[in-house]
Amino acid sequence: MTDFLLELRCEEIPARMQAGARKDLGKLFGKEMQAAGVPVGAVMVWSTPRRLALIARDLPESTESVREETKGPRTSAPPQALEGFLRKTGLTQDQLEDRDGVYFAVVEKPGRPVRDVLAEAIPAIVRAFPWPKSMRWGDASLSTESLRWVRPLSGIVAIFGEDLVECTVGEIESGYATLGHRFHHEGPITIGGADDYQGKLRACHVIVDHAEREAMIREGATRAAAEVGLELVPDEGLVIENAGLTEWPVPLLGRFDVEFLEVPPEVIQLTARTNQKYFVCEKDGKLANAFVCTANIGAPDGGEAIVAGNRKVLAARLSDARFFWEQDRKKALDQHAEGLKRITFHEKLGTVADKVERVAKLARWLAEEGIVQGANPGLAEQAARLAKADLVTEMVGEFPELQGLMGGYYARAEGLPDEVAGAIRDHYKPVGQGDDVPTAPVTVAVSLADKLDTLVSFFVIKERPTGSRDPFALRRAALGIIEIILRSGLRLELDYATYRAGQMLKQQMEGVLPAEQHYDWIRENLPAELFLAVPEFFVDRLKVQQREAGVRHDLIDAVFKLEERKDEIVGNLARVHALQNFVGTEDGTNLLAAYKRAANILKKENWEGHEAEVARTGEEDPLALVDDPDLAPIIAAKMAERKAPGLSYTPDAAEEALIEALDAAEPKAAAAIETEDFETAMAALASLRAPIDRFFEEVTVNAEDQSKRAARLGLLARFRAAVHKVADFSHIEG
Amino acid sequence: MNGTSRPGFQQMILTLHDYWSRQGCLILQPYDMRMGAGTFHTATTLRALGPEPWNAAFVQPCRRPTDGRYGENPNRLQHYYQYQVILKPSPPDLQELYLKSLELIGIDPLKHDIRFVEDDWESPTLGAWGLGWEVWCDGMEVTQFTYFQQMGGFDCKPVAGELTYGLERLAMYIQNVDSVYDLDFDGRGTTYGHVFLENERQMSAWNFEVADTDALFDLFNKAEAECRNALDANLPIPAYEQAVEASHIFNLLQARGVISVQERASYMGRVRDLARGSCEAYMARESDRWARDFPEWAA
Repeated sequence: MTDFLLELRCEEIPARMQAGARKDLGKLFGKEMQAAGVPVGAVMVWSTPRRLALIARDLPESTESVREETKGPRTSAPPQALEGFLRKTGLTQDQLEDRDGVYFAVVEKPGRPVRDVLAEAIPAIVRAFPWPKSMRWGDASLSTESLRWVRPLSGIVAIFGEDLVECTVGEIESGYATLGHRFHHEGPITIGGADDYQGKLRACHVIVDHAEREAMIREGATRAAAEVGLELVPDEGLVIENAGLTEWPVPLLGRFDVEFLEVPPEVIQLTARTNQKYFVCEKDGKLANAFVCTANIGAPDGGEAIVAGNRKVLAARLSDARFFWEQDRKKALDQHAEGLKRITFHEKLGTVADKVERVAKLARWLAEEGIVQGANPGLAEQAARLAKADLVTEMVGEFPELQGLMGGYYARAEGLPDEVAGAIRDHYKPVGQGDDVPTAPVTVAVSLADKLDTLVSFFVIKERPTGSRDPFALRRAALGIIEIILRSGLRLELDYATYRAGQMLKQQMEGVLPAEQHYDWIRENLPAELFLAVPEFFVDRLKVQQREAGVRHDLIDAVFKLEERKDEIVGNLARVHALQNFVGTEDGTNLLAAYKRAANILKKENWEGHEAEVARTGEEDPLALVDDPDLAPIIAAKMAERKAPGLSYTPDAAEEALIEALDAAEPKAAAAIETEDFETAMAALASLRAPIDRFFEEVTVNAEDQSKRAARLGLLARFRAAVHKVADFSHIEG
Repeated sequence: MNGTSRPGFQQMILTLHDYWSRQGCLILQPYDMRMGAGTFHTATTLRALGPEPWNAAFVQPCRRPTDGRYGENPNRLQHYYQYQVILKPSPPDLQELYLKSLELIGIDPLKHDIRFVEDDWESPTLGAWGLGWEVWCDGMEVTQFTYFQQMGGFDCKPVAGELTYGLERLAMYIQNVDSVYDLDFDGRGTTYGHVFLENERQMSAWNFEVADTDALFDLFNKAEAECRNALDANLPIPAYEQAVEASHIFNLLQARGVISVQERASYMGRVRDLARGSCEAYMARESDRWARDFPEWAA
């Protein structure tokens, strides 16, 4: 068994690409070896900025010989079939075997030296390497077909046991020689094989194992901070990035002027991190005036000059930040907000100032209607009017990630109420999954209004997500709304909210468009379909969001597709939860089976009964049926009729029992649903289980007596309707 | 701290000229037009096109009107110098050649932390992009190092390596001064501020407050028209000059704050069309000769 070493050396590989490159190298190598039939033991892949290295243990000297059989045509087949088979296999007819009237091609492939396999595999790996971005270079780039790599490839070491694996890729020939650290070691190093590779490089100031470098940085930086009585703010992303930028990492601690600490700590941390890749430190939970940079050399002065240089660069960055901090505070946020009139939000939706106007009104409405309880309407509107103002400040221009946060700081600095500052700071939240969900009422109102406006506005102008395309992040907006609603238990009726948000847009258009065009605009952009599409979009998002919590999507449909329901999330989701508990019980399973049986019979018999009497076009507002005072007595009459159809015959015992059970369960379920006591509603349904089972066992629905048949079908319809008061079981799977 | 004991700003430039001259570069003079970066010099853009070898080094004054700070910011200037080196095809030891030049101007890589940090370069205006790094010295970006992959929308065949040294930053580092205006210009105590401070004050005022915007809009349109006029006459180099002119006028309009966000994209598109059109015409004019002399290039 023999070990194999491969090193691909090149100019500095971007730090962010190294982890992917290691994975790809391992994968491609494995694929090549598998294709050639070479069994491979343990494989290790390492990376530094200047090299990718792979060590594969325990390879055989040569591959096993392989016998390959291919079945051909029957011997009786027409000659064309035989000719084709010969062409395919490259054999002559006398080389084929005739087995019971069928030709077989049998090819013995002798084993190959693994060194040869490797010599072919290396160029294949290099050429197939899936770098996220690659380039051409040098003389060969006269042709666009020349070798591509992430940066110029400069050397290949390939040693099998102690033997060179000879290969050429582009203009590079494999060899035993590599280079050590760019500055700490001059001239080539000769590698003997897999076993001395790591040690020889270490002697030349290269730690080839990225995990070891990461540990050196993690521990070294922590220690450097501890030595001066500080605590490092851990940042694994920075650890990995710095390990990807160094072959000989040396963490060094430096100080910056304590006066810079008047700048918000997030700003300092961000500029140190993103622009300079420095760690920051804390003392007693507060940011300290210290940073840790990671050098790539061990300097004779202990890094003093390096720290001095880095300190100066950071000072320049922090001066810029302090300048922005001071400049921005010279104007109040409402003055900054004037600048939003110059920024387009979307060409069809006006400026950011227009958006702010809509959001401010929506936020006030959410507070006034009591949808967001405890939010002062005036403060909600004020916060909404200022929430986007920081977008035109210098600081956010420089660090867009600080949007919201800076607005919060500036609001506090000018003495605005805490609720307002907090709402400005947090109104973008939640940004992604796992992000904090705001609960402060004013913040909730602003955040909700902002996202609702975005979602509805883009739906109005037909910029709706399709497939993987969601350029305006509307799915994220909907998800954010759902999380806020659930966290605070808000009763937001989705169709109504959509209507309100649409109205804000409509009012703005009134100011822009002449009257006759405005009418066209409404007809085209605020069709009835919109008020179904937005709530449906929410339900789709809710299914995705609830999947992780183990909530079944079919149960969500069973509740959210009910005709008689409120178009909101909290109560309906509670009903879904109760339903999921119920269908998991024995009663639930059996009731579902009975429901399906009843529904099938009704379908088969084409029974429309009482339910067909109110014409449905699919267009009407479901709420109108319930709320319309003219219809109420009619509906009440229908209900009464359904309840006591007045039988013309003496019912069977089982039939009577079901009627009684329904008489008892229906009002119980209705009352429970009214108070959102869904457990009780489910229990009411459960009480139907035994009677319906008995009914099916003992009663013949399809009786010869037509009046009996009609009454019994009616009874099943009543049972189905009773179930539908709680959930539409037809959507439940299984 | 004592500037007079160190080589001055001009000595640094002379050292680089001498070094790159010895590496086989033509030492050119700055392009005599206002431009935002050394990359706009025809020795870089137009010469990056086509198969002919081309090695050149030059200083290019750069104008960034929006970066002006009336001489009050120690790091930011609306006029500063870049040192450009372009080597086509890119030599295999370009990194080593570059590092050697750093040592010659006084940066010891065993005392200072030199790093190549990913930074891909792109100029939408020129229809150009390349892969490379910003070179860090103790955390400060001192050079942009790029392997051009496309220019004017055309593949670079072969690829050129481009180095852009930020001269003032390097000098501040080497001379250990905190303000650009304190740099020793000549090694005899004449400061950078003595040469340029008043210039920065006046130019900042003009860029931000005074420049006649109607005239600038007019100049932009005229440059655009003249570019097209030159292209119609199949004269790509003068056409390209007008593209450079339009680009700078656009930057001035930006500094005057009269271009809205929406208009910005449209103006940039217009400049890009001019630059690309010029590169295209340049390619068209030369490609027969190139194809004849470099059959592999045409393939």
